[in-house]
Amino acid sequence: MSLAAQSLTALRRQLTAGEISARDIVEDSIAQISARDGDIGAFLSHDPESALAEAEKADLTLPLGGLPIGIKDNINVLGQPCTCGSKFLQGAYTSPYDATVITKLRAAGAIPFGRANLDEFAMGSSTENSALQITQNPAAPGHIPGGSSGGSAAAVAAQLIPATLGSDTGGSIRQPASHCGVVGLKPSYGRVSRYGLVAFGSSLDQIGPLTQNVEDAALLLNAISGEDPRDSTSLDASVPDFTEGLDAGVTGMKLGLPKEYFTDGIDAGVRERVETAAKKLESQGAEIVEISLPHTEYAIATYYIIAPAEASSNLSRFDGVRYGNRTENPADMLELYQNSREAGFGSEVKRRIILGTYVLSSGYYDAYYRQAQKVRTLIRQDFEKAFEKVDAIITPVAPEPAPKIGAAAGDPLKHYLADIFTISANLAGNCGISVPLEPLNGLPVGLQILGPQLGEQTILKVGRAVEG
Amino acid sequence: MADHSIDVRYVANLARINLSEDEIERFGTQLEGVMEHIAKLSEVDVEGIEATSHATSVSNRVRQDAPQPGITSEAFLQNAPDQGNGQLRVPKVVDA
Repeated sequence: MSLAAQSLTALRRQLTAGEISARDIVEDSIAQISARDGDIGAFLSHDPESALAEAEKADLTLPLGGLPIGIKDNINVLGQPCTCGSKFLQGAYTSPYDATVITKLRAAGAIPFGRANLDEFAMGSSTENSALQITQNPAAPGHIPGGSSGGSAAAVAAQLIPATLGSDTGGSIRQPASHCGVVGLKPSYGRVSRYGLVAFGSSLDQIGPLTQNVEDAALLLNAISGEDPRDSTSLDASVPDFTEGLDAGVTGMKLGLPKEYFTDGIDAGVRERVETAAKKLESQGAEIVEISLPHTEYAIATYYIIAPAEASSNLSRFDGVRYGNRTENPADMLELYQNSREAGFGSEVKRRIILGTYVLSSGYYDAYYRQAQKVRTLIRQDFEKAFEKVDAIITPVAPEPAPKIGAAAGDPLKHYLADIFTISANLAGNCGISVPLEPLNGLPVGLQILGPQLGEQTILKVGRAVEG
Repeated sequence: MADHSIDVRYVANLARINLSEDEIERFGTQLEGVMEHIAKLSEVDVEGIEATSHATSVSNRVRQDAPQPGITSEAFLQNAPDQGNGQLRVPKVVDA
């Protein structure tokens, strides 16, 4: 088995035993990318030279010493490009700083390596909105890898690199993890610093790991969690060792199945897989109970007001003045802004800027944005009530396995509706993980385990029980 | 039936973004469908419900007002589309 195909935990054992070197792992990852990523398209770029130089200096006594980690191309790494999958930044931006998660990865000995493809500015759920390249689903070529962290999920699934970081605003870690057959964890809002993550929906965004197994996700979460003075929304909560007690099992745990999630809109095969996983957990000692999240039907409408509103505001910084591609010979400032933004942004980004600007505009703010913020409270309360009764909630990740590339082209609403099972966790600030189940006709299917705010230890334990 | 159309041309101007005629028409149709879905929010009774802007309760945090290393102007300007004298250069904003 190639080194890039092994888990962080397995590699770590061999590194500390002196059987392999950090350079061996990085060299193998470089070789895998150059041999196979031409067909997959997981990475937008990678810098072998700097990774090899870092491998030489790696401190193997550290928790992630000498392990290369792929990075979604919307997270700043000093001296590397950060395109966000957009023509606006392609060839026109080199990060002048490390995001806090990168500083933390380095402090844990890891080597940030490779820039993973994504839907432009993380807006999408198929990675088809990347303005730079298409990413194939390694498990099923011709199918989408999911998104927006499609490159991060595909890189792990294709065994190009042992693990990656992605970001999740409405499911963008969990859904591609599910579609590609890897583990993807969205931490609770505030668990991980957002400093250096290019902002999309600031009240929803979180960075998290995509890995081959649950233990690796816990290991990476250990490294990236914690309060950060540079992100005032990061939580001042103690960070446990997430790898501890992973094998404690689910005996005595109460797990909820939300009745609103098992409706006609869900593929029969996906439903069967999730129900089988629930039975498996029951046989391991968990109690499965039906719960209700009554405001589920309003989650998509709420999300598609709040996320575009925040995006339209966040993306105003891309004006062609300070960084990125500027239109040539603008007559005045207005033309500089308008033409740079027209040329730099793709359709989905423009659409969401229009939608977000509209719902924030005078005369509509109360009817849409304010109303959505209030319904968001009700959605959050649904979860608070549910978590009084259960330790975690189990659901599908997506209504169906990965569709074919191009299947929903030109129909944004169809894409949006498929986010139903994942977006509520972002609205409520909860944590969630996707763990692979048995594939359906070769297409991966994930189980989503949702936990309360700061409930990562619980969902990791349940995830481990599912995979075990 | 309620009108869910968006005046895309007007909103694009607010957002400082040029759109082609084709985009104005296409986005108009697509967003009408999205707004139709979004309109169902109005049926929710939110009487007495507080708005959530962040899922966790965030409050202002202050730190000591002490200088710390940050990104230098040279590092920042490496990404500038146009610059001069250590500043960003833009078209003339104010008439002389």
